[in-house]
Amino acid sequence: MADKLIYVMYGDDEVLKNSAKKLVSNGVKIAEVYSPFPIHGIDPIIGVKGTRLGIMAFLYGLTGLTLATIGMHYFMVREWKMNVGGKPNFTYAENMLAFIPVSFEFTVLCAAHGMAITYLLLNRTLPGMPAQNPDPRTTDDKFVMEIRLQDQSISESELDELLKNTGFEELEKKVIK
Amino acid sequence: MQKEAAIREPLILGHKTYHDVTEDVCKPIEDKAPRMWYILFTIALIIGLYGVGSICYLLGTGIGVWGLNKTIGWAWDITNFVWWVGIGHAGTLISAVLLLFRQKWRMAINRSAEAMTIFAVFMAGTFPLIHMGRLWVGYWVLPLPNHFGSLWVNFNSPLLWDVFAISTYLSVSLVFWYIGLIPDFATIRDRAKKPVAKRMYSILSFGWSGRAKHWNRFELVSLVLAGLATPLVFSVHSIVSFDFATSVIPGWHTTIFPPYFVAGAVFSGFAMVQTLLLVMRKAMKLEAYIHTKHVEYMNVVIMVTGSIVGTAYITELFISWYSGVEYEAYAFLNRATGPYWWAYWSMMTCNVISPQLMWFRKLRRSLLFTFFISIIVNIGMWFERYVIIVTSIHRDYIPAAWSMHYPSHIDIAVYIGTIGLFFVFFLLFARYFPVLALNEVKTILKGSGQSYKESPDYHKHH
Repeated sequence: MADKLIYVMYGDDEVLKNSAKKLVSNGVKIAEVYSPFPIHGIDPIIGVKGTRLGIMAFLYGLTGLTLATIGMHYFMVREWKMNVGGKPNFTYAENMLAFIPVSFEFTVLCAAHGMAITYLLLNRTLPGMPAQNPDPRTTDDKFVMEIRLQDQSISESELDELLKNTGFEELEKKVIK
Repeated sequence: MQKEAAIREPLILGHKTYHDVTEDVCKPIEDKAPRMWYILFTIALIIGLYGVGSICYLLGTGIGVWGLNKTIGWAWDITNFVWWVGIGHAGTLISAVLLLFRQKWRMAINRSAEAMTIFAVFMAGTFPLIHMGRLWVGYWVLPLPNHFGSLWVNFNSPLLWDVFAISTYLSVSLVFWYIGLIPDFATIRDRAKKPVAKRMYSILSFGWSGRAKHWNRFELVSLVLAGLATPLVFSVHSIVSFDFATSVIPGWHTTIFPPYFVAGAVFSGFAMVQTLLLVMRKAMKLEAYIHTKHVEYMNVVIMVTGSIVGTAYITELFISWYSGVEYEAYAFLNRATGPYWWAYWSMMTCNVISPQLMWFRKLRRSLLFTFFISIIVNIGMWFERYVIIVTSIHRDYIPAAWSMHYPSHIDIAVYIGTIGLFFVFFLLFARYFPVLALNEVKTILKGSGQSYKESPDYHKHH
């Protein structure tokens, strides 16, 4: 079934935010907002949930810490008890202090890289990916709201009426099959 | 939109719009490079290639070509390593620590400071690698199973901790920097006219589109990376200081080393940022974004960290006497009055006295004076490492082993060469990369921009 995409372009983040508030309070669903920088406060209005990447970072960090501990335990205590000054490493706990720096560094390494890779995959932003912003100016100074007509409970003319006084600069409609 | 007190100086001067910010940052990339850029690049490249040539000669002949001797087994190589790593501390400090403290002035300088960090850590890494003599077996520092039996690298050694610290620091800084660059590359991509440039920036920008959800993730990722990078910055130079502090050499065996090294690193890093940015803002016409107030803030950091370094020097002296250990006392007395007195007093003058001048508002807001002091601090911090390393070991326990260190021309060439290479990288960065985090700067335009602060509406909201 044919759907219609409506792109409403604004010249200011505050104007877009106010417009989004007005539309949402009238039951309009906003599919996406493209902006050159993060618009603070837009997420709750258009229903974007907070990301859980922070939890992922914690889990990656924990993985790093575990790997570092297992590794150092194997290298220094089990496989080859390195004898430094007649004091071999019999247990991990006795030499724990010497293992803290590497444990810390490896935790940070895994947390940072794990999160960064997850972030890029989730965003589908990888080398060679095509740009998907509807207008090249949205990475400069324009802010675009994307509305899918199919998602709405109101008709196209009603939507046009609502958009009329929101202060947009350009409006583009695109039929997709 | 965040508001700030009206009496705070605006961070963005002039009447800029969002589009102006894009123009100002992208113009130097899109235009032809000025003649001065080519001149500087050629000079840096020649010096850099001279360094590379010297390194090749060193690898072919062996590290005997350095001026080291039986007593002084560590000198310029490790001095340069610590100097470069120290310089590499400002970038992540600016972008991570100042992000956690919500300091908005960081936004104008973080991109280039991070670039500087990454290039400085590259240069730092060169020294331990070539010090191995056999560069091609450099991977032996990693815990890899090997064919010589069950022998692993020593996890009790600070030198191995350094391997982990420096490589983590380098790669995490690189990721932090690149995550911030992606949206800015997208801005350049969407403006690019020439097909080659469009293709290149399209690849570099990873197809970034600026969706609300992506920005939401972007902000969290930046925050968490900042949270991870902050302790990392402090750990890296602490671990570098362990290379010395865990030894039993008088003058090195000091518990004050970690905090003192970290403060010194931030001190020298900010000095290098000042040196680079004072030139860059002028050459790239970014005076509206990086102005006196930014320079003043950085000078305050230089003053504070310089004071910590000064306090540490004096504490060291006091403790060497108070400890009652005669070797320790001698090491410090010898530094100040022995054959290396000139290095010691250069260090004292450059690092202890010069930052104190920043107490004067007129001086810390003077760009010319700042530039001068930033060079002085860079020199002083090189001497600091030289003094710590060479003076502590040139007097051995047995007077028959006493020695002096004279750098060979290869010592000097490799060091100068890394400075050349550093500038090659930095100039390439300034030419092809957005030197200002332009999308971040846009977020503070309304809160901290001059035209918005002066408008009558600004005061109504708060």
